[in-house]
Amino acid sequence: MDVVTTETEPRTLDASEPRLAPPKSFWERNEHALLGALAMTIFLLFWEAAVAFEWVNALFTSSPSRIVTTGHGMFADGSIWPHLKVSGYEFAVGFGMAIVTGVPLGILMGWYGRLNAILDPFVSALYATPRIALLPLIMIWFGIGLESKIAIVFLGAVFPILVNTITGVRTINADFVKVARSFGASDRQLFMTVALPSSVPLLLSGLRLGLGHALIGIVVGEMYGATHGIGHLIAVSGARFQTDAVMVGIIIIASTGVAMTELLRLIEKRFECWRPTVGG
Amino acid sequence: MEAPRQAKLELRSVSLEHVNERTRQILPVLQDVDLKVYEGELVCLVGPSGCGKTTLLNAVDGLMPLAGGTILVNKRAINGPGPDRAMVFQADSLFPWRTVVQNVMYGLELQGKLPQQKIRERACALIQLVGLAGFADHYPHELSGGMRQRVNIARALVMEPQLLLLDEPFAALDAQTREFMQVELLKILQRARTTALFVTHQIGEAVFLSTRVVVLSARPARIKEIIDVNLPPTRTLAMKHQPEFLKMERRIWRLIEEEAEKTGMLTVA
Ligand SMILES: Nc1ncnc2c1ncn2[C@@H]1O[C@H](COP(=O)(O)OP(=O)(O)OP(=O)(O)O)[C@@H](O)[C@H]1O
Ligand SMILES: [Mg+2]
Repeated sequence: MDVVTTETEPRTLDASEPRLAPPKSFWERNEHALLGALAMTIFLLFWEAAVAFEWVNALFTSSPSRIVTTGHGMFADGSIWPHLKVSGYEFAVGFGMAIVTGVPLGILMGWYGRLNAILDPFVSALYATPRIALLPLIMIWFGIGLESKIAIVFLGAVFPILVNTITGVRTINADFVKVARSFGASDRQLFMTVALPSSVPLLLSGLRLGLGHALIGIVVGEMYGATHGIGHLIAVSGARFQTDAVMVGIIIIASTGVAMTELLRLIEKRFECWRPTVGG
Repeated sequence: MEAPRQAKLELRSVSLEHVNERTRQILPVLQDVDLKVYEGELVCLVGPSGCGKTTLLNAVDGLMPLAGGTILVNKRAINGPGPDRAMVFQADSLFPWRTVVQNVMYGLELQGKLPQQKIRERACALIQLVGLAGFADHYPHELSGGMRQRVNIARALVMEPQLLLLDEPFAALDAQTREFMQVELLKILQRARTTALFVTHQIGEAVFLSTRVVVLSARPARIKEIIDVNLPPTRTLAMKHQPEFLKMERRIWRLIEEEAEKTGMLTVA
């Protein structure tokens, strides 16, 4: 390094001009996604083949092509839309309400120890109870209409969000608090500059958990006394042995879950660019 | 006596203790410490590990209550942290979600006295000073331990405090960077006439930097001895090899050794 210096530069601790490493290849960038897609394709082909060669009975297992045909038909004749609209509405309202109550309440309970002490027994008890067990009660209180479905979606989603937010706000690093205080942070500033940013990761994973519970809520809620909805579609088609339609419903629910999880992951990435990546 | 000087920091029979949350045991850490630090001075605190140096700095910064006595800064008893003091923490506790420049801007942002643009300029100037130009937009996890520690120092210096508290700020640095930073720190402090209280384990560093070295006894710490460092105010690295310097170093070594032996720390080694 010091042998071939031709020009005498003052040696400082400054960073030298940044250079770029060679870009990652297409395969390197997308290895995980490509592997997943490949495995899925093989699985679907195998499924289709199993039905085509009559290794299994399509009445029980359905098949990719039959699902596509049925699904396409339901979209084409419009029979799917009422189901989508009802379930979408229940999900949006229930999950939305879970977020707008769970996050602020979680922040308050995390920040104010006394409030937490008062409410914690209730939250813990309800969080530990399978929310499905409350379904009969909810039906009695809210009837068999949309309200009871929204309530079950809300109850499913709100507790994971609440509990994770509380934990996120409570477990702030004592060293960071000391630094903030040393620089003269007020309570409000301590909250805004330390408690909030450090609770973001847990808050987002709470949203992800809540999302899963919300989807369960839709399906289970609509199995009883509903007239429309994806869960209703699944239940009714199942009772009539229409495996293809059941599969269409399942796929709609599953892809909603995957899409929303991906969306949350994108948000997470935006908030967490400071986090070192672990593993490959 | 020389001309009367302003005591920037004064400890009047200060006692400190920690309460162990688990056992409810009260641990006396510092007992009846009197100390005056004058304007423009750099005083080093040395003493066996666990004797209470960090605790003392925290108390001066206003981060913990006193068990007894008073701490005065500019002749006024302190009551919590203030903009007249800034601390370089022992563990580099940079906020991982803030970039280097955002970390350095933190204190000034909290104060909210300057426009954002001005704050950024001052932060960038300090980042340059600690040799990290070009890393302003990196996150802490993208830096080495030594680089993080330099950001930690910049974060305190940018506040332009009258009294700077440093808790082993150079401990994570390699020998060369350490010497470079020692010289830089002295320059910065002299330029701004900043007073400093500096904790270190390295006795050579203590002698090189300070006007006086305070040797603390084993816990509960008292002042065992205060050594005046009679080196010219402008320090050069060459001084580290002068016989006078080495003599002082050895003397302080022996004092600390005596204390460490009391706690049984050295009997095994
Ligand atoms: N938060 C705390 N709660 C209870 N005891 C503590 C706490 N922090 C420190 N102590 C105790 O106080 C004593 C002094 O600790 P302190 O951190 O001030 O030592 P130190 O001189 O800075 O040591 P080192 O040189 O190793 O950094 C130690 O014996 C430690 O056990
Ligand atoms: Mg310490």
